Amino acid sequence: MNLHEYQSKEILRLYGVAVPQGGMAETPEQARQWMENLGRDVVLKAQIHAGGRGKAGGVRFATTPQQAEEEARSLLGSRIATPQTGAAGLPVHRLLVEETVAIDKEFYLSFTLDREAGCYCLVASAAGGVDIEETAAKTPERIWRRRIDPCLGLRPFQARRVALGLGLRGESCEEAVTLMGNLYRLFLDRDCSQLEINPLVITGNGQLLAMDVKINLDDNALFRHPQQQALFDESQLDPLEVQARRYDIAYIKMSGTIGCLVNGAGLAMATLDMLQACGGQPANFLDIGGGASREKIAEAFRILLQDQDVKGVFVNIFGGIMRCDLVAQGIVDVVGAACPWPIVVRMAGARVAEGKALLAAAGLKVTCADGLEEGASRMVALLCPPVVE
Amino acid sequence: MAILINRDSRIVVQGLGRSGLLHAQSCRDYGSAIVAGVTPGKGGSSVDGIPVFDTVAEAVCSEGATVSMIFVPPPAAADAILEAADAGIELAVCIAEGIPVRDMVQVKRALQEGTMRLIGPNCPGIITPGQCKVGIMPGAIHRPGSVGVVSRSGTLTYEVVQQLSDAGLGQSTCVGIGGDPIIGSGFIDMLQLFNEDPATESVFVIGEIGGSAEEEAAVWIQRHMRKPVAAFIAGVTAPPGKRMGHAGAIISGGKGLAGDKIAILKACGVQVATSPARMAEALLSALTP
Repeated sequence: MNLHEYQSKEILRLYGVAVPQGGMAETPEQARQWMENLGRDVVLKAQIHAGGRGKAGGVRFATTPQQAEEEARSLLGSRIATPQTGAAGLPVHRLLVEETVAIDKEFYLSFTLDREAGCYCLVASAAGGVDIEETAAKTPERIWRRRIDPCLGLRPFQARRVALGLGLRGESCEEAVTLMGNLYRLFLDRDCSQLEINPLVITGNGQLLAMDVKINLDDNALFRHPQQQALFDESQLDPLEVQARRYDIAYIKMSGTIGCLVNGAGLAMATLDMLQACGGQPANFLDIGGGASREKIAEAFRILLQDQDVKGVFVNIFGGIMRCDLVAQGIVDVVGAACPWPIVVRMAGARVAEGKALLAAAGLKVTCADGLEEGASRMVALLCPPVVE
Repeated sequence: MAILINRDSRIVVQGLGRSGLLHAQSCRDYGSAIVAGVTPGKGGSSVDGIPVFDTVAEAVCSEGATVSMIFVPPPAAADAILEAADAGIELAVCIAEGIPVRDMVQVKRALQEGTMRLIGPNCPGIITPGQCKVGIMPGAIHRPGSVGVVSRSGTLTYEVVQQLSDAGLGQSTCVGIGGDPIIGSGFIDMLQLFNEDPATESVFVIGEIGGSAEEEAAVWIQRHMRKPVAAFIAGVTAPPGKRMGHAGAIISGGKGLAGDKIAILKACGVQVATSPARMAEALLSALTP
């Protein structure tokens, strides 16, 4: 789960990490109010779950409260498209209004998971303000990476070596050591999967300040943080993804026309691959999970039917814990006798015969297939009938 | 012979709730020796003939359990794994999905100190066809034979197993190592075991996008593997930055791409299936040099 910058900065403050003064505005008047309160020039930053907003016009500056209000009016309610969002972009409902700061130096600092080592790691670079992937590709020697032993935590000496590596000296260095310690504490406390400060700056007055922050929370740990559930911003997801999330269905909207309903993440990915290999374009990734109920299957099917792009539905189920008859029942529940699109059902494994019988008895116009390739190619053929010469 | 489990394995089930019991029964029907269950607070009772204990230590002491199958829900799963290790269990298979990464980071570190092997979490388990099943896979699709299967996926593993069985290729042992970013055992751990197992003559590897475990396995195979290996990598068409169901299946920062994994596997002499419908075919061509 992604947090907005303003939410992340509120959490940073709780952990004693300095951020620019300011706060969130949902109306032009609030933006104006922030500027009047701060009594200085401000920057207005669109709160969307995507990077690259600066270049897309999502960051504005104001030198008068009047201007702050106007800029806010033009941003709020607009959509911002960046290379990370797709053409439709993401809606702007909130702004972060904060003081502008004179910057002396910029750094990059993040905590993330090192999958291969099975532990968290600290990543830092003196090349702040630019994409870390770019630094990694062009000047990897400018990246400092320290693995953190979960038993010992981030030790001050480790943080100091990183700070010195960034070129920080004296008071700034010790300030950075404290900051890294605080961030690591936050990272663990809140079950973050990523915490990225880019840039971390030294201001003209020599203060360390987190200028931009990105926090990503581990979805699997949300049960430990009921208060953090409220930070979730539904407007930043496709409405169908929000609906799926509510039913604990793994769903990702894609750009094709074939709605997919599959059990298991690996098989779901392979199903998309198979469809594309057969010349079809999947409209989504959808994994109904292991022991899905009849209701959950029906809900998953409903999501597919609501997708305007869908022109056909491919169901691929390998029954294990999931029983094919239950899946068939779920489909019958939703589709009834009238589905506007062709449906291809490929079922294998537990109770496949019962499943097929149920579909047949319901009188649904369903094409059944035994094999994966057979199912996928039939689906594609139904959508694009071969041209008869 | 086989790897990890066989007909002599004595299994304790941690988390003998509704779903745990269902799967324990299915494993027992397959022939697995389910010797005990552990549900705190229910010690001294028994469920469907399975004696229940409060702790794993008691199950080990009283029933001689050496393998644990863990169905404990995510909030308590990490503790269940650590308890199994502490009780002297040799092999723990954690089926549970949704364990916080922070918990697994701690577990992974703690297990470095001991000898217990962990498979999973978020995995379908292990099966040695015809002998023993410790997991949730449909037993009926498997056939005893000589192909070792190791996979990050669940149902996609069933897919390859079905194809192998249909092609007359039985399996020595099939292991689902799990789809989380942090798992107890990786591809290389399993490849090492298959390499040394006289009953295994070839191996099928199922990988997916995210991380670099497949790349590392490819290099290991080239250097050490004495048996033919075929593979399939799911997610060739996955969009970057999206988590594809599995917590570990995400392409981030240009890393974890299926195409890169396939290229390295091929370069290391692994036969890579061109589509998920042709996995058995890939193994057959790996077997015929």
